[in-house]
Amino acid sequence: MSLPRPQTMAEKILSARARETVYAGDLAVVEVDHVMIVDSIAQSVIAVLADLHATPRYPERVSFVIDHVAPASTVSVAQAQKEAREYAAAHGCLLFDVGRGICHQVLMEEGIARPGRIVLGSDSHSTTYGAVAAFGTGMGATDIALAAASGRTWLKVPESVKVTLTGDLRPGVTAKDVALEMIRELGADGATYQSVEIHAGDRFTRGERMTLANLCVEAGAKAGLVVPGGEILTHYGYEIPDFVLPDEGATYVRELTLDLGALAPRMSAPSEVDNVHDVADLRGLRVDQVFIGTCTNGRLEDLHAAADVLRGRRVAPHTRLLVIPASSVVMEQAMADGTLLTLLQAGAVLGTPGCGPCMGRHQGVLAPGEVCVSTSNRNFIGRMGAADARVYLASPAVAAATAVTGHIALPEDVRQEVSA
Amino acid sequence: MPRVWKFGDSVNTDDILPGRYAPFMVGEDAFPTYAFHLIRPEFAAQVRKGDLLVGGRNWGLGSSREYAPMALRRLGVGGIVAASFARIHYRNLLNLGIPAFEAPDVITELHDGDEIEFDLNAGLITRGAHTFQLTPPPEFLREALKEGSILDYYRKHQKFPGER
Repeated sequence: MSLPRPQTMAEKILSARARETVYAGDLAVVEVDHVMIVDSIAQSVIAVLADLHATPRYPERVSFVIDHVAPASTVSVAQAQKEAREYAAAHGCLLFDVGRGICHQVLMEEGIARPGRIVLGSDSHSTTYGAVAAFGTGMGATDIALAAASGRTWLKVPESVKVTLTGDLRPGVTAKDVALEMIRELGADGATYQSVEIHAGDRFTRGERMTLANLCVEAGAKAGLVVPGGEILTHYGYEIPDFVLPDEGATYVRELTLDLGALAPRMSAPSEVDNVHDVADLRGLRVDQVFIGTCTNGRLEDLHAAADVLRGRRVAPHTRLLVIPASSVVMEQAMADGTLLTLLQAGAVLGTPGCGPCMGRHQGVLAPGEVCVSTSNRNFIGRMGAADARVYLASPAVAAATAVTGHIALPEDVRQEVSA
Repeated sequence: MPRVWKFGDSVNTDDILPGRYAPFMVGEDAFPTYAFHLIRPEFAAQVRKGDLLVGGRNWGLGSSREYAPMALRRLGVGGIVAASFARIHYRNLLNLGIPAFEAPDVITELHDGDEIEFDLNAGLITRGAHTFQLTPPPEFLREALKEGSILDYYRKHQKFPGER
């Protein structure tokens, strides 16, 4: 028998859960550790389960999260959420109700996403779980229902793109900028069907790693796996199984190195996420709304970055600043350490933890012609409202500076304004 | 005769069905009428049963929302041919039984409004004297499609195609 070939992170995790050694291109049926269902598709998932005459095989491994329109904006949304609640209660599934937060943040805080687990979510940004070396991937209602019913799923073992980060970020440059640069480099379909394996060393907090893994789907990726390092090894008490660490000599379809020291704050301009520019080149555009939040950038460190820019300053009169913490835990922490007060004194409007206006359903939908700078993850035509509203994606620090000046700005622009 | 609706590259799920017209927001009956509402508002009223959508690269990028392709199925769309598909969306198309083919060479030959005949099970598109052959799906999927869909396959066998 020949020796096993070295494997990527994706190949190792999927091999462990397929109970056979698999490589890129193989079809694998794997055990699923958790299935996450959001409010917007709960009715569809429940309908498919009914059609299968099935119920969740392991109900304790299934969660419903009410986050995409929370609290409900209409009677039909309220009805959908009611059905999700009742189904969860009747079948013994987990329920994270209105205000608990955005699905991905909640699964991380609850310890449901952990190293080596396979977590399927009915939301494309389920790649986020790769921040802790969980194989997280998004699927539609039918796949999710099948996974809930069977405890398994099928997938093609992805090829992997190896992204190696070198050097150190300059002040004011963040994990969001790294992620946007990575998407620009790969392109919006540059990692389709593939796993992006990020070698970050000991850099980045769990939250920053979530930003990196979250945005991998914007390059089309099936998963975004960050090699465990830094606080992933030392905080949180995670057990790190050997099978989440990539082998030396594994085969990659592409290798990419990003020099963090060369990176400036980046911004994704309408209307595709890989349309990435230096913020400096877009400076000065008048902005109607700034949104700080989402599964990409709604965590405590993101609110801290915004508060550092906004402390003692006011949001520009013609600009609205919406801040929506990613979860109830984030909100409590930001309340306890004074961050929320700083933001409110600067003129921020605070929303219930959840997805907010990210996909244009409520709590800050844009009017025709309006411009929004958002810390979210998509800037497609009509994403946050009117078809000709424009969305620019950036880091929380850039978003906060933009809110202060009312025009696209860098944090240093605001600081210079005061010292001048 | 079915017609071709031609789109460009990077048709995303917000193009196919904006999030605020999801069924849980506007109702099961109304949501299909918002297909391509922002980028091609005449589509939902004019599309006929069996029409073929033709796209460029990365068709269906974005959200996992299965109700986007569900809207197309409800409107009677007969199939989609694109240069490439985004993966979650491709799985959703499979699960809903909407024939989807990657055919970068064929799409350049098809134009908006072309009247065609197609047999997507055989992978054949005919326009006048021209015939275009599409590559059939891989074995795993053909196995599932024999039963109708992966869902039907699982219902019958209580396992996935190829699973021991």
